[in-house]
Amino acid sequence: MTEETLKPQEKKALIELLYQLADDDFLLSFRGSEWLGLAPHIEEDVAFSSISQDMMGHANLYYNLLEDLGEGEADRIAHLRTPDQYRNAIILEEVNGPGTYLKEPDYDWAFTVVRNYFYAVHKHIRLDSLRHSAYGPLAEAARKIMTEQYYHLIHWEIWFKQLMTSTDEAIERMTAAIQKVWKDFGGVLTLGPYYEDIVKANFIDDENVMKKRWNNKIEAVLKEVGAHYPGEPRMERGNGRNGVHTDDLKQATSTLSEVYATNPATGW
Amino acid sequence: MSELKSSMTESVMDALGKVKDPEIASVSILDLGMVHEVDVTNGAVKVSVLPTFSGCPALHIIERDIKKAIEDVEGITSAEVNFVFTPSWTTDRITPEGRERLKEFGISPPPANHVMGEPWEIDCPYCGSTYVTMENIFGPTACRSILYCKSCKNPFEAMKPVADMG
Repeated sequence: MTEETLKPQEKKALIELLYQLADDDFLLSFRGSEWLGLAPHIEEDVAFSSISQDMMGHANLYYNLLEDLGEGEADRIAHLRTPDQYRNAIILEEVNGPGTYLKEPDYDWAFTVVRNYFYAVHKHIRLDSLRHSAYGPLAEAARKIMTEQYYHLIHWEIWFKQLMTSTDEAIERMTAAIQKVWKDFGGVLTLGPYYEDIVKANFIDDENVMKKRWNNKIEAVLKEVGAHYPGEPRMERGNGRNGVHTDDLKQATSTLSEVYATNPATGW
Repeated sequence: MSELKSSMTESVMDALGKVKDPEIASVSILDLGMVHEVDVTNGAVKVSVLPTFSGCPALHIIERDIKKAIEDVEGITSAEVNFVFTPSWTTDRITPEGRERLKEFGISPPPANHVMGEPWEIDCPYCGSTYVTMENIFGPTACRSILYCKSCKNPFEAMKPVADMG
């Protein structure tokens, strides 16, 4: 399937899916970039900033696919939408912890490891499905992203397993982080209101199939580190795929777009 | 292909050989295997380029440098650069010359026929020793890792292997 052969209903569903993929990577990579200079040690600072840069590149690829479908210029899509137009899962927009990047950042590393690891596992499952997407340009992008994301998944898996089998304090903090992420991680695992059209057009696998893969993987990893599997993750604060968001999204996008919005016509 | 067109293509390829990776000054985009197709028709050039890492900030600079280099070739009226993802850029596209030039820059080249997930043997670019340790799989740019040579006691970098995952 190419842009020319898409039926209107399929095109609408594809655009929704691309916004989900783009906005998920965009928001989580922004939260990652806020750790720059604050990560637990210097090597982690190098690694995490590199991962965030890759992920911002992945978001950019998806925004470019949206541009090709007539959604407007990629930079404008990324920067100049209102919060209700974003399709990322709520858990990915959440602040890293109390304080801000500039003022007393008391960020939570356990939360960051859990959120990124759970996301990386799902992203891998999603890409594995997308590389066979009926929409050719999306399949091509997915194959590219996969070669890079491979390293991200390894990175977060090491952190997750090591902290989960470390000191009592580490395990306590990680357990609290898992409980926190669990409340809203269901939002990552859903394809939103256009789910049926997205799946019918073979853009990606059925969300229930991918959800099962994710649950099986996480259940096995939790078992391996001696932790309890809490059942299916929930979506307590609403579904970001519907445009429902918290104030944290507003904070993220206004910070991200502060410079761009001063003059969108300028090349930054 | 007419003789004139073929000599023009040759000049364009020479120009492309002078476009360097902005972050690795010794290596050209041809050495890295980034150039997929070059089409020269009536003085108009179209180059399709395979991006290495998708978040690489050097891509815009490379695009600009390619345009500039080609437009300087006599007889060329326009140059267009397109980034494409098929085929995927993989590290086995790096030429033998490219691998040598990476070493000169202190970067160990990636294994040529890497299979993702399998262990990866890295030699020190300075002394050739295999007695090395991985300090960080991530490095100063998206495509590099940081290592240390236990033999000659030099820190060095290695290019991460990237292979098609099917």
